[in-house]
Amino acid sequence: MSILAVEQHLLKIILLPFLCLISACNTDNDESLSNNSIVYCSEGSPESFNPQIVTSGTTIDATSNQLYNRLISFRGDKNTIAPSLAKSWHTTRDGKMITFYLRKDVAFHTTSYFTPTRFFNADDVLFSFNRILIPEHPFHQVSGGKYPFFQSVSFSNVVKSIEKINDYTIRFKFKYADSSILANIASDFSVILSKEYADSLVKKNIKREIDTLPIGTGPFKLKKYRPGAYIRYATHQQYWDKPSTLEQLIFDITPSNTGRLTKLLAGECDVIAFPIAHEKIQSKPELELEAVTSFNVGYLGFNTLKPPFDNVKVRQAVALAVNKQAIIDTVYQSKADMAHSLLPATSWAYNKSTLPQTYDISKAKKLMAEAGFPNGFTMNLWALPVQRAYNPDAVTMAKLIQADLKKIGISVLIESSLDMGSFLEQLSKGEHQSVLLGWSADHPDPDNFFTPLLSCSSAKSGNNRTFWCNEDFDDLIQQALQTTNVTQRKEFYSRALTLISQEVPLIPIAHSKRFQARNNSVKGELLSPYGGIDFSRVSKN
Amino acid sequence: MLTFTLRRLNLFIFTIFLLTLLSFSLSFLFPGEQLINISGQINATPEQLIILAEQYQSHNNIFQQYFTYVNHLFSGDLGISMASQLSISSEIISVLPATIELTLVALFIAMVLGIPIGFIAAINHRKATDNIILSISMIGYSIPVFWLGLLAILIFSIQLGWLPSAGQISLLFEIEQVTGIQFIDILLSESPYKWQAFRDASAHIFLPACVIALAPATIFVRLARTAMMDVLDSQYIRAAKAKGLSFSQLIYHHAIRNAMVHVIRDVGLQFANLVTIAMVTEVIFSWPGIGRWLIESIFQRDHTAILGGLLALSSFIFIVHIITDFIYAALNPLARDSRHGT
Repeated sequence: MSILAVEQHLLKIILLPFLCLISACNTDNDESLSNNSIVYCSEGSPESFNPQIVTSGTTIDATSNQLYNRLISFRGDKNTIAPSLAKSWHTTRDGKMITFYLRKDVAFHTTSYFTPTRFFNADDVLFSFNRILIPEHPFHQVSGGKYPFFQSVSFSNVVKSIEKINDYTIRFKFKYADSSILANIASDFSVILSKEYADSLVKKNIKREIDTLPIGTGPFKLKKYRPGAYIRYATHQQYWDKPSTLEQLIFDITPSNTGRLTKLLAGECDVIAFPIAHEKIQSKPELELEAVTSFNVGYLGFNTLKPPFDNVKVRQAVALAVNKQAIIDTVYQSKADMAHSLLPATSWAYNKSTLPQTYDISKAKKLMAEAGFPNGFTMNLWALPVQRAYNPDAVTMAKLIQADLKKIGISVLIESSLDMGSFLEQLSKGEHQSVLLGWSADHPDPDNFFTPLLSCSSAKSGNNRTFWCNEDFDDLIQQALQTTNVTQRKEFYSRALTLISQEVPLIPIAHSKRFQARNNSVKGELLSPYGGIDFSRVSKN
Repeated sequence: MLTFTLRRLNLFIFTIFLLTLLSFSLSFLFPGEQLINISGQINATPEQLIILAEQYQSHNNIFQQYFTYVNHLFSGDLGISMASQLSISSEIISVLPATIELTLVALFIAMVLGIPIGFIAAINHRKATDNIILSISMIGYSIPVFWLGLLAILIFSIQLGWLPSAGQISLLFEIEQVTGIQFIDILLSESPYKWQAFRDASAHIFLPACVIALAPATIFVRLARTAMMDVLDSQYIRAAKAKGLSFSQLIYHHAIRNAMVHVIRDVGLQFANLVTIAMVTEVIFSWPGIGRWLIESIFQRDHTAILGGLLALSSFIFIVHIITDFIYAALNPLARDSRHGT
């Protein structure tokens, strides 16, 4: 053997194992497992597996629509309320009582930690809501006793009692009529838990597990959760609605946004939350970028108790002088819709005929002169230097507004040095003249935009940062709550919107969008304008 | 052999003593209460703190405290993690095997690549092949590992889409953790997709292992080259040549075996280097090993985890050193009698 032959032999020894390895890396034709599974790269770990006790979007995404059902749910483009665990319901004429008629064939999850012996019935509904409503309930204090969503809609003030009529009929009694109550019951937070499971936990003296090892009626059941790593869901085969065609659904917890992008590009994730580098994703034929305008609004609010913004003409002038398009292009990088009213266009109560405030400097100057400020004035504008879903960069937005208002002679001082806590505290005391804020709705009922933001009662509690209290407006939104007739409600809300655009307690600026990227092989609706994602109607081919 | 073993044991005990002394003093040097640093009980009530102080003998003198600490260590109690409130020893047991697996595969790749290439270079001493191999290995040694890792992901995962970029195995496969070494766990599992899982795990380990292997491989190239050149220069090779052995007989029967002995000795030394590189690589490739866990603990200021992790990692490296020393001694009888440590 010559030197050359020895070398060739040695080279073969080097390359052989690699060839074996690489040939083993070739994907097999049999891809049945990946065809039946979806990997969703989410942005964080859930705090809990019970949506009742949380508000964070990450937790709602991971749990609400996957593990649970509600009595009723929102369906379709217009977000009308549709049956879910309740096959029908009846509201009395005075709106003070709703009777739900429940489905009979709904199975709870069978898992390694619990095997149900009975179907879903009225006891489960009673248990789920009484846990929230009754402070003495054995499960009320489990996991801290805080139910933030229900506290924010003052659920316990509205609901007088819940009665079981028979195993499949349940009646909610209310202290006063509130037509947004159905929307609250249909929201992602109002899930139905299993009473039988709770009882078994009481026996074993491990009540805490109700929120960490969930049992629900939803399309998927929990198989394994490793905090910070993944959540593995298996399909609930006995699901009362159409069971999912998937075999498993995996949440791959990837907090870094470059990490999620890499996994999407490398094909390790089928769907990713909150993608970056939109152009890169759009340039790949096998990937799809989706966006949905969320039920939120970023706005510029005036303190209507303090001069000069107690003068409606000044407010109108500012509204005309703010160039919203420039803000959307710069601050939101065109990833938002311009707000024409407080409500986003996807709400059923949205009314196109409400006049939007258009950008018009000369008209604004005229109004300023009429208001007695031909030479302008100095004002402060508060902006929170923290990124929010409805406003990614309030400080930049404030600077743009500063430049806009200079054109009509107003010089703006930007106040952005406070931290979140003291910022909100001083706002509720009304120490600001104007502020950049926003609101994310919990459910699609339009009232969720009006009452918390602009009613007199929330002006008193300090939640209404404009301190605008208009009796006509309050009457309108109260009347809208007292009827369940959608056409009537729409009429009331449209008048309310017109009133806002005349009185300008605030200038709605933008409705930001929520983005998501997916591989083409994943079919079906995932995103909705409010609340969490939903994998129940998603398939893969 | 007995003296050799005793000498190694002696060294082991002394090193462990120094390591525990270091981690014990670090618990004082880290910010915060020493008792909390050492136990990780950040949410302890005053009553629990009293019990803890009792357990760690905090009121006694420092020697007593150190002694109690070592006692805790040897009974497997490294405290609980300040971040997750889980026992550190169980966390280490769940992350260490992944690192062992990754470094072993990387070591294998580095040896399989580096040693034969080094031999080829030695055979072609001072020829073009030798020069090319030496320059390439110099470049390979100089590339920073984090940059190489990102580059590998960019090319092989994103551009070409051949290999996955993160994790140990695709989450699609449900493999129960038994030993922690993924390949063994897959073989033990009862999943119907066993072989698919095995292939997937191989694809996942390939890229990070190659990235880790590069620097040690270049060192092996140079070690193997020097060792081979020494052997080829030696008297017995000349004698064999004079007896009329063919070149291949010379290389396969005499040179390689003798050159390998010298290389093996340095494998152990390379292991520490390998683990350091692996720690950075684990972060880049989201590999669920002890390196990533330790770096995350540093970010989270999880002092108890840092103490426990350092101790576990350094003892692990040290144990590997000793094992390679034994292998070397078994292969090379001369080493057993050498008076001084190698």
